[in-house]
Amino acid sequence: MVAYALCAVAALLALSPIAVAASAAPRGARAATSLVYGACLIITLILGAIALFALYRDSATISVVTLPLGLPWLGAHFRIDALAAFFLVVVNLGGAAASLFALGYGRHEHSPQRVLPFYPAYLAAMNLVVMADDAFSFLVSWEFMSLTSWALVIANHELRENMRAGFVYLMMASFGTLMLLLAFGLLAGPGGNYTFDAIRTSQPAAIVAALTFTLALAGAGSKAGLVPLHAWLPLAHPAAPSHVSALMSGVMTKVAVYGFLRIVFDLLGTPAWWWSIVVLALGGITAVMGVLYALMQRDLKRVLAYSTIENIGIIFVALGLALAFQSEGLAAAAALSLTAGLFHVFNHSLFKSLLFFGAGSVLNATGTRDMEHLGGLIHRMPRTAVVFLAGSVAISALPPLNGFVSEWLIFQAILLSPQLPSWGLKLTVPAVGALLALSAALAAACFVRAFGITFLGRPRTPAASGAQETDGHSLAAMVLLATLCLIAGILPGLFIDALAPVVQLLVRGRMPVQTGVEWLSIVPIAESRSSYNGLLLFSFMIVSGATTAFAIHRLASDKLRRGPAWGCGYPDASVAMQYTADSFAQPIRRVFGTTLFRAREIGEMPRPGSTAPARLTVQLRDLIWDYGYAPIAIGVDVVADRLNYLQFLTIRSYLSLVFAALVLLLLVLAIWP
Amino acid sequence: MPALVFDIAHLLAGSLVVMSFVQLYQDRLSALINVFAVHALVLALSVAWQAFAQGAPHLYITAAIALVFKAIIIPVALRRIMVRLGIHREIEVVVGVGPAMLLGIGLVALAMVVMLRVTAEADPLAREDLAFALSVVLLGLLMMVTRRNAVSQVIGFMSLENGLVLAATGAKGMPLVVEISVAFSVLIAFIVIGIFLFRIRERFDTVDMQALDKFRGERR
Amino acid sequence: MAVIRDFALQGAQMLLVLLLSPLLTGFVRKLKARLLRRQGPPLLQPYRDLIRLMRKEVVLADNASWLFRVIPYFVFAATWIAASLVPTFRSGLLFSWSADLIAIIAVLASARFALALAGLDVGTSFGGIGSSREVMIASLAEPAMLMIVFAVALIAGSTQLSTMAAFMNSPEVGLRVSLGLALIALVIVAIAENARIPVDNPATHLELTMVHEAMVLEYSGRHLALIELSAALKLLLYISLIACLFAPWGLSSPAAGPWELTVGAVAYVAKLAAGGALLAVFETVIAKMRVFRLPGFIGAALMLALLATLLRFVSGSF
Repeated sequence: MVAYALCAVAALLALSPIAVAASAAPRGARAATSLVYGACLIITLILGAIALFALYRDSATISVVTLPLGLPWLGAHFRIDALAAFFLVVVNLGGAAASLFALGYGRHEHSPQRVLPFYPAYLAAMNLVVMADDAFSFLVSWEFMSLTSWALVIANHELRENMRAGFVYLMMASFGTLMLLLAFGLLAGPGGNYTFDAIRTSQPAAIVAALTFTLALAGAGSKAGLVPLHAWLPLAHPAAPSHVSALMSGVMTKVAVYGFLRIVFDLLGTPAWWWSIVVLALGGITAVMGVLYALMQRDLKRVLAYSTIENIGIIFVALGLALAFQSEGLAAAAALSLTAGLFHVFNHSLFKSLLFFGAGSVLNATGTRDMEHLGGLIHRMPRTAVVFLAGSVAISALPPLNGFVSEWLIFQAILLSPQLPSWGLKLTVPAVGALLALSAALAAACFVRAFGITFLGRPRTPAASGAQETDGHSLAAMVLLATLCLIAGILPGLFIDALAPVVQLLVRGRMPVQTGVEWLSIVPIAESRSSYNGLLLFSFMIVSGATTAFAIHRLASDKLRRGPAWGCGYPDASVAMQYTADSFAQPIRRVFGTTLFRAREIGEMPRPGSTAPARLTVQLRDLIWDYGYAPIAIGVDVVADRLNYLQFLTIRSYLSLVFAALVLLLLVLAIWP
Repeated sequence: MPALVFDIAHLLAGSLVVMSFVQLYQDRLSALINVFAVHALVLALSVAWQAFAQGAPHLYITAAIALVFKAIIIPVALRRIMVRLGIHREIEVVVGVGPAMLLGIGLVALAMVVMLRVTAEADPLAREDLAFALSVVLLGLLMMVTRRNAVSQVIGFMSLENGLVLAATGAKGMPLVVEISVAFSVLIAFIVIGIFLFRIRERFDTVDMQALDKFRGERR
Repeated sequence: MAVIRDFALQGAQMLLVLLLSPLLTGFVRKLKARLLRRQGPPLLQPYRDLIRLMRKEVVLADNASWLFRVIPYFVFAATWIAASLVPTFRSGLLFSWSADLIAIIAVLASARFALALAGLDVGTSFGGIGSSREVMIASLAEPAMLMIVFAVALIAGSTQLSTMAAFMNSPEVGLRVSLGLALIALVIVAIAENARIPVDNPATHLELTMVHEAMVLEYSGRHLALIELSAALKLLLYISLIACLFAPWGLSSPAAGPWELTVGAVAYVAKLAAGGALLAVFETVIAKMRVFRLPGFIGAALMLALLATLLRFVSGSF
């Protein structure tokens, strides 16, 4: 099993130099695009099929391969167990969708030689991270994933903001890898056993486990986008080409979640009582802050990037609940929380990729990502509008689509948590539940705004009124993802049962079997307690809506006449009179943003008789950046300035420095017991 | 039906906490005085129910004292002071209503945790009433800390004292003598405060504590 | 036989909520008018309004999209389904297990999402006002509603409405603090969600005071009729919800005979009348709030509901 997967990954890696050669050839760009993306599509589909097979059929058996690469005394271990299989499905489904999308979108890329070589390598790296079975290959693949995505982020290097985004991304990625390096170092212990099998059987001391947990949370959390380590995400994800943004938001953040799951749930053993409180608190705060940031943005891709942060917060809330239940030994409840978290991982990769593809199509058609310059696109790009609407409904957690099911499962898990005895949890869980509910409501507001201002209303600029519909490949990718969202929403029992082997592996418990429940409902705990039937709700909605329409058209009236908009009797010719993205968010900005973002609105009115324009400025401050990141940057600058004088010493000073260092080390050796 | 007795006692104690929150929410002085009257009324009902539940007739007198003094006499007197001082407009708050309510919830959570952990072996009815009483005390303190107007600080102090009375009746050991002396001392303190408020107003034309800070002797 | 009976009862509930909701709206309007010493419109006027609107031709803005035309049907379907799942005269109807209380709230949230999109579709400033204010109110009212669900579900041990109603009707429930807090919060949320004074004025034509009316300003004819019917259904749904959770007396259980069903129906109509009367009195007595005092008002409901849930987590007897 693993052997076939590794062959496919090798094929992906081999595509990179082929892509370099093909795109360097004159007039070869178009053929190279089709070749590379087509090959990636096929290979990721093969990998996905292998992973599905591993998940469904061979979930009890685990296949391992050791390659004679890397460190000579260690080798490179790769393995596919249930957890790896599930995440391989997520990675490769996202990769296949992105490749299909890029078959159409990639034609518009003006420097394909900067994108094409790194794209297959990026896909290969993500697959390798999920399959890695020892610390060395994990870290090498992780770093390779960061580097290839960094190269893709700075692909459009003419824009200064993209270079800045790449720089911040590289800093944060290095920080994350450092944290993970230290975590694995602690786990391997003084014996230096880096294979996961050895780490799994070793019992770390409580303090070592606590340190490893914190380091893993910092490392994986920074890659996933937990507040306060999220600052790179809204800079880097919009800067990359749209299919790469979809991969970064929809898939790479999930690989980070995989890293956290592997280290904390699999390698560390039974969690301590306070771990869950930290994860829950961070998850709740991330969810609310993410969506509030999203509501303040005008750039469509930034909105989506911050919304990814919100969903990662939701996933970590579910994981925190699973940790809490596991530390008390309540396996069934832990299984419910973990299933909810993993299902949300899958759902989010689907609808976030869909939304980024939509944003990419809009960018291609109009040349701008700024919502304030768009509008009325539902008339010019009707099919893109439909699939973007489907993605918006899914991400707002509304029935009958899939976002609602995973959030519903998390709420059911919260309702099970009064049985936890810890006082810290008794206070944290209701607060986190309120934060989760708040983030769900705000997410709906955010996507009403994103879809409404971009696609509805009237076009605000000529670019928007001249937009063309997207091409067939991109639409096919989006329609595929939207259909999967619908299926996951109306038949969630299938997916819950598919996740059972993964959950069994991690918490040694599972949810009740869903396939036998009548009418295809899902029953997470017990029939009398709660149940949900997406299929029935969906059918009711369609049937009653259609019947009502039919009945009214037949029995009452079906006449229709077009005319100018009513607008309370005000003839409203100017397009500028409709609501803008900033004005739509103004009530929420005033309620939540006054304290959290120091949001201020400054209006400058000209004096009577002056012909200068009046100006309304909205001032927002990112407090986490101002009080967290900026001081660090300033501090590093100050220290570097001070240390600069080391450049200008005499030879004698340098010699004395070397001498002092040598003496110091000898002293340490002498004194160390 | 002991369970029903239990529940009604809880309900009344919980209503007292809710009335403390409603007090925090007010930003008009006349409404605040009305809410304080209802606060004292709920206290009287709670004490009367405790008298019924514990079979302690002297608590009925405590309830009557709370009703007459705190629900009728003191609000009427405060309203007259307010009219004569001419301050029946908005109360300036130091912290906004939203953050104050969030702090209030945090204080209630803190009071719950502390009380329920510390009194783990005691009678359940008394424990939970004590937890509610501590919440009322903390919320009264919060009100005193987040208001700049002296009359609203007085009301915060009164509601704090209501919480103490609730705690004392819940703990089943409140002799009548103590209650009478406490009530009288509160009344005297109230009269003294009222006189001082008038003198302050005459001298400085304001009862805003922050403005009065400028007239303190020490330089900082 | 039993299956046919169950189907018939479920169908009867669906028809009942549909037919009673305009009557409830008419009753509230009539009572408000009488309290203001006016005659007021006749009780059956909303029915006449709906029939008149349905027969009229739709006048659609030039740039309204297909979404604008589909949304009234979607909103109506979603609200009707949600209203059919709340127990009115009998709990445990045939399809009541397909959606628990959280799902019912989410279905109403989908309807609101669609209506907010409709406000933005034509591209006028009124639609924008309505949609942006509506999502602000929703961003506070929905979490409050979810916390209320948590508080009550933690007492009743389930989120299925039939189980909750049955528990509330049983003698084990007692008078609990968190139930009292949840009731106050639910009343506030119901007022906010149904666009009633003090949150929104359902009879206004001034844009400064509009939220719901501004979103549906461009609708006419049969579309407007469906949206008004959905609003009436939503009011009925919330009063039924308060009745079945906090005043469940008379609600017949799944194993009920015809006598209990009749008692249940009569009790339900009485509860609707009582709820409508209280709403009318409350709307007459209180004034509409400024828009930016609403976050404080609805935030208070969120705080109370959070306090109720916190108390349930802290101790089982609260």
